[in-house]
Amino acid sequence: MAKQLVKKKKKSAGNGAAIDSALDFNSGWSYSPAPESTDHIEIKDKYGLFINGKFVRPSKGKYFATINPANEKKLAMVAEASEEDVDKAVKAARKAYNNVWSRMPAKERGKYIYRIARIMQERAREFAVIETLDGGKTIREARDVDVPLAAAHFFYYAGWADKLEYAFPGKSPQALGVAGQIIPWNFPLLMMAWKIAPALACGNTVVIKSAETTPLTSLKLAEVIQEAGLPDGVVNIITGAGATGAAIVNHPDINKIAFTGSTAVGKIIQSAIAGTDKKVTLELGGKAANIILDDAPIDQAVEGIINGIYFNQGHVCCAGSRLFVQEDVADIVVRKLKDRMESLIVGDPMDKNTDIGAINSKEQLNTINKYIKIGKSEGASFYQSSCELPSGKGFWCRPTLFLNVSQSHRIAQEEIFGPVLAVQTFRTVEEVLEKANNTPYGLSAGVWSDKGAKIFNMTNKLRAGVIWANTYNKFDPSSPFGGYKESGFGREGGLHGLSAYLKI
Amino acid sequence: MSATLTLDIPDFRNSPRVDEVGIEERVSRFTKRSIKTEAKNTGLRLILSMIDLTTLEGKDTEGKVRQLCYKARHLHDSMEGIPKVAAVCVYPSLVRIAKKELEGSGINVAAVATAFPSGQAPKAVKLADTKFAVKEGADEVDMVISRGKFLEGDYKFVFNEIGAVKEACGEAHLKVILETGELSTLDNIRRASDIALYAGADFIKTSTGKISPAATMQVTLVMLEAIRDYYYATGKMVGMKPAGGIAKSKLALHYLVMLKETLGNAWMTSKWFRFGASSLANDVLMQLAKQEYGNYQSMDYFSLD
Repeated sequence: MAKQLVKKKKKSAGNGAAIDSALDFNSGWSYSPAPESTDHIEIKDKYGLFINGKFVRPSKGKYFATINPANEKKLAMVAEASEEDVDKAVKAARKAYNNVWSRMPAKERGKYIYRIARIMQERAREFAVIETLDGGKTIREARDVDVPLAAAHFFYYAGWADKLEYAFPGKSPQALGVAGQIIPWNFPLLMMAWKIAPALACGNTVVIKSAETTPLTSLKLAEVIQEAGLPDGVVNIITGAGATGAAIVNHPDINKIAFTGSTAVGKIIQSAIAGTDKKVTLELGGKAANIILDDAPIDQAVEGIINGIYFNQGHVCCAGSRLFVQEDVADIVVRKLKDRMESLIVGDPMDKNTDIGAINSKEQLNTINKYIKIGKSEGASFYQSSCELPSGKGFWCRPTLFLNVSQSHRIAQEEIFGPVLAVQTFRTVEEVLEKANNTPYGLSAGVWSDKGAKIFNMTNKLRAGVIWANTYNKFDPSSPFGGYKESGFGREGGLHGLSAYLKI
Repeated sequence: MSATLTLDIPDFRNSPRVDEVGIEERVSRFTKRSIKTEAKNTGLRLILSMIDLTTLEGKDTEGKVRQLCYKARHLHDSMEGIPKVAAVCVYPSLVRIAKKELEGSGINVAAVATAFPSGQAPKAVKLADTKFAVKEGADEVDMVISRGKFLEGDYKFVFNEIGAVKEACGEAHLKVILETGELSTLDNIRRASDIALYAGADFIKTSTGKISPAATMQVTLVMLEAIRDYYYATGKMVGMKPAGGIAKSKLALHYLVMLKETLGNAWMTSKWFRFGASSLANDVLMQLAKQEYGNYQSMDYFSLD
């Protein structure tokens, strides 16, 4: 009698592979559209550069369009900063550093940072909506993760501003001067907060460039900084592409470079500043191992795998993109993983029920598709969930698995930066430690086990900057974040994050 | 379909472990689903059809049960298209009157048995209680497990007792109440679920409603995951009934989301999912009336039986 209710799944769209799961997640009751409103949002047609407390025209008069990756419609025109503009911004930052910010009592500095945090909280919904429109991430994540965490970073570092001697007892820490900062497109506002908050708290002034495809929340943050009444030139926010970033890196009057982005660009930066006295922190790529031991709470581990790789469309440097499952539980983990993938909703990022939004850009979608092709040609077995993709424009990718992967597959070696998970199995703890560390990267890792002793044993031996136990992709301002090896150096967040912006 | 099903009975000491933080996190994802317009309308009606309208009080009388049965058949006659509830749940001594009142309605009569709610009685008494309820006409029997024996570690006793009650039920469906509020940990709840599933439960149920906390989403998720694992292992579907503490439509909709995303569409009927609740129905009706007329009506427009 039960048998007749068991429905065999139809073939999944797009890949032709049959799904071996018998649970039916696709028919029957489904969620109606629940779009977040954009009524309260104001986006200007055209944005200048935020230099010396004002929005100014770019010197060359050049602008570029920023689009919504979910429908490819233009949102606004944004200024492209030239070398000349970067120079103007650095001069403004230097002047503000010399005349105001470095002389201001630390307690007063702290007040300004608190003010930024509070205004950001008041305007949280606006930030979340714009973040989603400009970058393609889901409104749920922008609302629940990006914006609150960004505000939390400002709150956290505001508290440190007048307590730096306590952070480094017996030392008298000094600010560095002008910090040049370059951030990526995966967490535009959050990365602004990670960079600006500690720099200001330590008494530095800032020239920061947001990513080419996601400039809008950085320009909204410029409005907040105006509203908070920060002295002119303390924070300068500019927009542009690679050339603008290079102009920041090469500017002679910058004391510190902080970069988050690809390992390739990180290497260029490192060679560009070699021989100068610029301090640098780099937070680069990753190919994290997420390790499921056979005594792990399996259902919760499956949820952790999902959060590890499909959070933010997989555009996460610390994404758990290599899954290692102990052989004796591999079948059940994969079966549950496939079932869980069926309940993920891919679609309009503005819908509150969407789990996976739009891929950030055409270029990134091409990269992801290139790797999917490579994975198939390498003979790994390919699986995608059967969810519908939005018709019409926009950049989309179904949650994807590759099974039967080995360390020698390129999809297990190279960072894909999309919703693509490479699954390998292992037999013993020694074996998985060796494989997990067998990568040029070392940003993050995850371990799932019911036994604390096993977890501590493994976390001591994994060469990664951040290791999560029985959870994944959890962030907190008080917790340092950063990598080993080609994942970069220096730490952001926590006490460690202060030392990156101080002479100690 | 009388083919014998052979099962490997697992060692219940090795039941899968549950991570509480992970459960909390998954539950919070369910509660963030936004259920609007059509989905809400359909969902609310589905919830009504899954309700076991319940009265389990020492002061229950035939008169009270008669009134409740009328309510079960006529939830809100002033609106069209309102479904009937799934069952009326009463003590065994009141089964006969409920059965008579519900005749021809398609609504089942469920009886709590086995020395409900404590279950502290000899096996013979429990079996007699069950057989009496079935003889009086109960379509469903809600039994309680021996929590004391479970906490002593005597899983075999608990397993055998469920098996014996199942046998005493005959054709009647067996719902096994774990009384999760007394089991204290999610690991225990998972283990008790496994015992009930392998011992032959047709449904597993959280609570009697007499102990606090009663049903929670966390506990229900653990039980749904046990049902899923059992289904993976045997291909056999088992139903789920959270009971007690679900009084609001919004919470009930969260439960539906959880059911859909954990076990899928096949479970989304009163055959496989029930809400044990007494006040939920009126809150759902109030929401449906709001959907229909555009504004909330006073509680006094909804009958209290």
